[in-house]
Amino acid sequence: MASIAGKKSGLTWAVHISVALLVLLWLFPTIGLFVSSFRTADQISSSGWWAALFPAEQNEVYRAADPDDNRVADGDMFVVTGNIFEGAPREIRAWGISSRDVSAYQPGDTAEMKDGESVTLQPDGSYVWRGNDKQLSGRGQRIFITATVPPEFTLDNYTTILFSGSGQDNMAKAFFNTLTVTIPATIIPIVVAAFAAYALAWMEFPGRAILIAAVVGMLVVPLQLALIPLLRLHLGIGIGKGYLGVWLAHTAFGMPLAVYLLRNYMVGLPRDIIENAKVDGATDFQIFTKIIIPLSFPALASFAIFQFLWTWNDLLVAKVFLIDATGSTTVMTNQIVELLGTRGGNWEILATAAFVSIAVPLGVFFAMQRYLVRGLLAGSVK
Amino acid sequence: MFSDNPALYGLTVIVVGVGGCLGYFFLSNLFLDKVLFPASGPNAGRNINRANMIRPWLFLFPALFALMLYLAYPVFETLRLSLTDRDQGGAFVGFANYSQMMAEPKFWEAVRNNMLWLIVVPAISTAFGLLVAQLTDRIKWGNLAKSLIFMPMAISFVGASVIFKLIYDTRPEDQNQIGILNAVWLKFDGGIGSVLLLQVLPSMLLVGFVVIVASVAWSFVRAIVAKGEDHSGWLLPLRLLVAVGALWLIWMSLSSLVGLWVGELPYGEAQTWLTVPLWNNFFLMVVLIWIQTGFAMVILSAALRGIPEETIEAAIIDGANPFQIFFKIKVPQIMGTIVVVWTTITLTVLKVFDIVFAMTNGQWETQVLANYMYDKLFRANDWGVGSASAIIIMLLVTPILVWNVYNARKEMK
Repeated sequence: MASIAGKKSGLTWAVHISVALLVLLWLFPTIGLFVSSFRTADQISSSGWWAALFPAEQNEVYRAADPDDNRVADGDMFVVTGNIFEGAPREIRAWGISSRDVSAYQPGDTAEMKDGESVTLQPDGSYVWRGNDKQLSGRGQRIFITATVPPEFTLDNYTTILFSGSGQDNMAKAFFNTLTVTIPATIIPIVVAAFAAYALAWMEFPGRAILIAAVVGMLVVPLQLALIPLLRLHLGIGIGKGYLGVWLAHTAFGMPLAVYLLRNYMVGLPRDIIENAKVDGATDFQIFTKIIIPLSFPALASFAIFQFLWTWNDLLVAKVFLIDATGSTTVMTNQIVELLGTRGGNWEILATAAFVSIAVPLGVFFAMQRYLVRGLLAGSVK
Repeated sequence: MFSDNPALYGLTVIVVGVGGCLGYFFLSNLFLDKVLFPASGPNAGRNINRANMIRPWLFLFPALFALMLYLAYPVFETLRLSLTDRDQGGAFVGFANYSQMMAEPKFWEAVRNNMLWLIVVPAISTAFGLLVAQLTDRIKWGNLAKSLIFMPMAISFVGASVIFKLIYDTRPEDQNQIGILNAVWLKFDGGIGSVLLLQVLPSMLLVGFVVIVASVAWSFVRAIVAKGEDHSGWLLPLRLLVAVGALWLIWMSLSSLVGLWVGELPYGEAQTWLTVPLWNNFFLMVVLIWIQTGFAMVILSAALRGIPEETIEAAIIDGANPFQIFFKIKVPQIMGTIVVVWTTITLTVLKVFDIVFAMTNGQWETQVLANYMYDKLFRANDWGVGSASAIIIMLLVTPILVWNVYNARKEMK
């Protein structure tokens, strides 16, 4: 449009830069999670994920060898020698022997303690711990080092989350539970809503206008209202908490949007085709299955994506209608919330769990984005 | 045996569930056409007509049943429950639950926070969405940029909460900060950079916000003041409400503007962002804004594309600059869409529960109505008060419901 006036807008560069900034701002949080899910617990806690590609400074604690077994007499003193790094050498920046001052000494220094006890640490990690009989007994001396650690990426977190984790750390069951909730809760409402939308769009019967208005009105009813009455109902008729209940709930809660979207789309289909088919003797059921369904594919797909994202990401409905006291039917969102409560500081677990739960919807989103956008536009802007 | 293997169990129930649903439609139509009113024999014509009278209801029945049972019935049942007391065996107690709820400071905290959410989230999401839609409209890689900004739509509120918890994370003083917000914050300890970023920039944002609120409010109020315009009776309360809300917002913004320059900012200290009273609400809102901006952008960018080119060409020929074209030509033409987007986000905000539940669970004065209700229903086991707060949410939605139905009826005619 800028070319209409015959010159390129001077603002073009500003536009490019601001869009790039906005995109980065929007991507930044997700990338943080993604990167964190590949880092080790030590690395996550020692540096921000944006520094993941650079060597990090990390505080580590080692213990000298057990003095009771390893001490060697040296005059009237005893000595324990060894190397704190067993197979994994680090570059020591500074070290200390008290948790209050972890970087008191340089490599090669000797730390003097009370009554002649001393520790010497060499840059390669070998140490000499010297003291009298009483000092060199019990547990080994703690040695704190500040080391420079090269960047390290690992798939261990995913292994833990998907396969080997125990209890809450293992998301495999929750993943399948979520699938079990999501697939029927996506397909059933589409089937039901497609028939209803066809009836509302193309069949003549009394009260049609009122029904359409009712559907539009129900688009906005907050589902919070439904929780208690329906939970009581479910418990009353014996469904209790379980998959059947959660499917029914998702089906019904997605219904207004489904009927609304699909009816809007079907009304726009050419009248001639349907009337010709009727003249040729097709029943409504045949018209619906043979003509309407294939033609409505874009609308069906867009609603399917909506409903899929919504049921996959849902927490409230699952918490109320599905997850019972045994917790064996938990879904991923719920498990992540519980992890947030119990493992709030274990970012390697949390980040990986969260990324596992968002990977599937993100995949669906990028694969089917065209339909999603089309559905949004059909539903929201007339 | 099935329940041991989640995948197999899932597959079985999927087949049964979906098969049952397809079976209903197929078999019921078969029954209607072949058994009840067969389209053959002596009464074929009459039977076909009768079958066609019943068929719409056959098609509609499952959908209607679901809607009635899961959405219409609960509205009335919740209303009834809100007037009863569970401890007294469901006895009718009038408005006792409501007065009990109103006496709780936590409820008023939730109402106040919800008001803030309702104003801030739709406003900022729509504004950002419009900005991105306009900016990406002209550039080649606009579609890529749009996809990336739209992406958070696919992320669950819970997933987003984890993402933002990492951003707001706080570590003890002597350790490296792994939350980006604290890492940035610690770079400031009172130099010129801090003044620019922590005082001048927020001040500009606040002033901009005040200007936008004032101009929106003025466009609503002008109709009351101006003579000769159509004074629609039922719009008057709405206009006054907007005016009062705007005044409150302006007052809030101006007072925090003063606070920004007078108050002492804790530079150079790691903050636990989610426990800072009042501000933590905004940190939670950021999560929803991050998710909803993409939605606003998609719809508004379609609306922008729909603007007739002639109006813009005319403006360019008349010498309008890009800002004038945007604010005076484009925005007025897509006002209807902006309202729709705003309303849709408002609805999302009212129902949002997951973000607060996962990030603070209403502690540190971040309670919102939806989470307050969940608390009452499933933690305190107080169905009466829980239902009462659900009704409050319904009351907040009702204007939008009426407006939606009104628009739909208008469209049908």
